[in-house]
Amino acid sequence: MRISQRNKISVFDIINALIMIFVIVVTLYPFLYLTSISMSSEKFVYSGEITFYPKGFTLGTYKVLLKDTSFWISYRNTIIYTVLGTLISLALTILLAYPLSKKRLKGRSVFLGIILFTMFFSGGLIPTYLLVTRMLRMRNTIWAVVIPGAISTYNVLITRTFCEGLPEELEEAAAIDGMSTYGIFFKIVLPLSKPILATMGLFYAVGMWNNWFGPFIYLDTKSLFPVSLYLRNIIAGAQSTREVVGGDVEGIGDIEATIKSASMIVSALPIIMIYPFVQKYFVKGVMIGSLKG
Amino acid sequence: MASTNEVVKTTAVAPKAKTGKLQEFWHAVKKDWRLYSLLLLPLLHYIIFQYIPMYGVVIAFRRYQPGGPVYGSQWVGLRYFRMFLRDYGFWRAFRNNLIISIEYLVISFPFPIIFALLLNELKNLKCKRFVQTVSYLPHFISTVIVVGMLKEMLSPTIGIVNMALKALTGNTIDFLSEPKWFRTIYIVSGIWQQLGWNSIIYLAALTNINPELYDAAKVDGASRFQQIKYVTIPGILPTVMVILILNIGSLMSVGFEKILLLYNPLTYETADVISTFLYRMGLVNNNYSLGAAVGLCNSIIGVILLTSANFLSRKLTDSSLW
Repeated sequence: MRISQRNKISVFDIINALIMIFVIVVTLYPFLYLTSISMSSEKFVYSGEITFYPKGFTLGTYKVLLKDTSFWISYRNTIIYTVLGTLISLALTILLAYPLSKKRLKGRSVFLGIILFTMFFSGGLIPTYLLVTRMLRMRNTIWAVVIPGAISTYNVLITRTFCEGLPEELEEAAAIDGMSTYGIFFKIVLPLSKPILATMGLFYAVGMWNNWFGPFIYLDTKSLFPVSLYLRNIIAGAQSTREVVGGDVEGIGDIEATIKSASMIVSALPIIMIYPFVQKYFVKGVMIGSLKG
Repeated sequence: MASTNEVVKTTAVAPKAKTGKLQEFWHAVKKDWRLYSLLLLPLLHYIIFQYIPMYGVVIAFRRYQPGGPVYGSQWVGLRYFRMFLRDYGFWRAFRNNLIISIEYLVISFPFPIIFALLLNELKNLKCKRFVQTVSYLPHFISTVIVVGMLKEMLSPTIGIVNMALKALTGNTIDFLSEPKWFRTIYIVSGIWQQLGWNSIIYLAALTNINPELYDAAKVDGASRFQQIKYVTIPGILPTVMVILILNIGSLMSVGFEKILLLYNPLTYETADVISTFLYRMGLVNNNYSLGAAVGLCNSIIGVILLTSANFLSRKLTDSSLW
């Protein structure tokens, strides 16, 4: 009876499979839709004929986008911000998490209190904005993008949990051999922390790649915009499409949709491509976090 | 092993410690300065980017003058609080905030649980992993792109949704310009974004259920639905409770960025929330003090909610944030 139960495909299984297929279709459809629009000719897009696949297939939109230097400048900026921002964030996170994982650190609870308090109370948007723009004079610099939000307390706590699990004996042996705390930190702790650094790095990198609000309030110079802000501007219509495609194009409405779609696809592409291979690290991060919480 | 060492060390130092905790602390810093030095930069970051703005909240009680002190000079007391409390826009934002938050919580909350339960019933592990991978994807897509997708799909002239509507009913709806549609769009797209990601924690709880319980249930002749009802659901209930309480704790924090990208003056009536209202007051109209006052009010509501949710959580489930 057990065997039959295991191998029998019940009505429930069929319904369940159908629900799962539905979830997959609904999740992926918007991406498919955007791709189809970006590869269709304007005529079909404008008449609203695009449903599942491109009509009047063309890569013309991508060629237009390829020639748009402001798009590529912002794309380059995004890469710079992401790399630099992730490095800064990771450094600050591990520098904080490692000492906080040490029982011998006197005043640990006070330090922890200082960082935990920020999880439920913060100065808020306006005081932070004034700090960055007026006190630190970071307006229109790369620093306004990568530094103010560099540390996520949640990530610090996850990293700290990980550091608590590092083998203490190894560090003690090294200390007996005369290695200083710095030596232990760089030569033992950092290499052992690679898995958590990879996970946190991915979280920070995705956050930075997608970050648009910081750049939106702190940057005025177009040549500093990241691609997320470029997208925000064409989606909000603040930057006219005429400007993007260079002026004399007829039927601006349809070009707009194709250009928008193509820009969105191109800027989401790195995440969509890398994501399936690294998602297990993200999930691991959530798991470590949930064990603690 | 290591911890016993620690205990020995600390008890050895303890008699000296009578002279004061601070002295003991400085002693530890001197002896172990390398370890403490690692903390320097991150703590500086917290002080500058978290604690200075916290002090900066005083601007809510002061008049700000361009070119004057950063956080204002002349003390005006509760002037700005009175100002926004008399403002119709604030109360509209407050009401909208409350409605959107509660509706979103109530409607979206069950989906990840149901999804995790269904995933758990998939027998083919490869299929399961594939569905999971796909379902997490939207979580990593930027809000800008999600809103861009929504705008294209809902466009009254070319969007797929309206093309379908036109074919079925002959009419089109300009979804993003109609206040009555805003919440639906916000909630449905939110479910799309977070369904898979939010299910991770429930899946983790499901794998922690003792398999012997299922075997025992089978021996007792429990059907699959009975197994779900009597083993699976009780098994994840504690997790569900904790997540629910945490969600209540952060009830007022809505997707500020998504709303900012998605709303427009036509839909303020239902879409404007406290954070977007304070953004407009503070940074668009450059009334920093007013914006900060609204922000402070918002933070206080948040602290109260979180503290009471935590209190409830400790009472009801034995697990809490602090």
